Amino acid sequence: MGSSETVTGNTPTPLTLGDRTFRSRLFVGTGKYSDAETMNAALEASGCEVVTVAIRRVDLNSGDNLLSQLDREKYFLLPNTAGCFNAEDAVRVCQLSRELGLGDWVKLEVLGDRKTLLPDPVGTLEACRELVDDGFKVLVYSSDDPVLALRLQDAGATSVMPAGSPIGSGQGILNSNNLAIILEQLEVPVIIDAGVGTASDVTIAMELGAEGVLLNTGIAGAKDPVAMAHAMRHALDAGWFAARAGRIPRRRYAQASSPTEGVLGE
Amino acid sequence: MSDQPTRFEIQLNGEVHQVETDTTVLDLVNSLPIDPVAVAVERNKRIVPRSLHAETTLEAGDQIEVVTIVGGG
Repeated sequence: MGSSETVTGNTPTPLTLGDRTFRSRLFVGTGKYSDAETMNAALEASGCEVVTVAIRRVDLNSGDNLLSQLDREKYFLLPNTAGCFNAEDAVRVCQLSRELGLGDWVKLEVLGDRKTLLPDPVGTLEACRELVDDGFKVLVYSSDDPVLALRLQDAGATSVMPAGSPIGSGQGILNSNNLAIILEQLEVPVIIDAGVGTASDVTIAMELGAEGVLLNTGIAGAKDPVAMAHAMRHALDAGWFAARAGRIPRRRYAQASSPTEGVLGE
Repeated sequence: MSDQPTRFEIQLNGEVHQVETDTTVLDLVNSLPIDPVAVAVERNKRIVPRSLHAETTLEAGDQIEVVTIVGGG
């Protein structure tokens, strides 16, 4: 991003990642919905084009799952490696996803700890290198560590996706300073992934200069997922424009908005 | 041939599963309650490409994983 960009129109410009362009900068997960109808309505309301999905063992008793009711024509499916705690398993999942016909794009997650679901930086970097070598386009879930983010970029990641806060925690952006450093240092697009609790978190991420936001629980877990999806969509647009509009500096004291001359009684 | 066992055990998605002799990956997939085109199959940690499902015969002790796409973040 940058202030040199010309802002025209009333929607953000499309997002280019690698050799693809996406009309929406909001990526939405398909997990945790109570029913397929709510999921489809929420995805529609979010305006998203990219949806994340997971790869799991087939349920041997009932093969049915919510995702069979997703309109696959409408969305770009981005398979994740959620639940993988080492590089080997993550790479296996990506290969299975390719075999499932999902192509070469993956959201890589190698987790280090079940309680925090924070990424294992070593395993993440190892898997990222291996997948890039194998021709995958890797959008990689990362911590908010600027050094790791740079290493993942060097490893050939298509996008680095630092967490705002732990997955599903709803704590929003916890370390805006680290994210700002990552955004300043990286050349590949940075998408803030995880931790979004409400619309303002998305706006803050975009105001910091993120190219996009990926979230799931913030919508799926809201009391009214469709209303929250609307909110997230507009929050993203708000943050994208604000980041390019050149905000006023913060001042300690007031600055009158109305003319200071010609006031009655002076 | 009469002393050949007609059934043997494999591991299917982490569970013990009985299959008949000469069962192929395709037979196995077709026996599951899911659209066969919506799955990918691993045999002993190596992917069995869809094009080989019909000609890949299961053997006793095989570890088979059949996966599909589900909702996720």
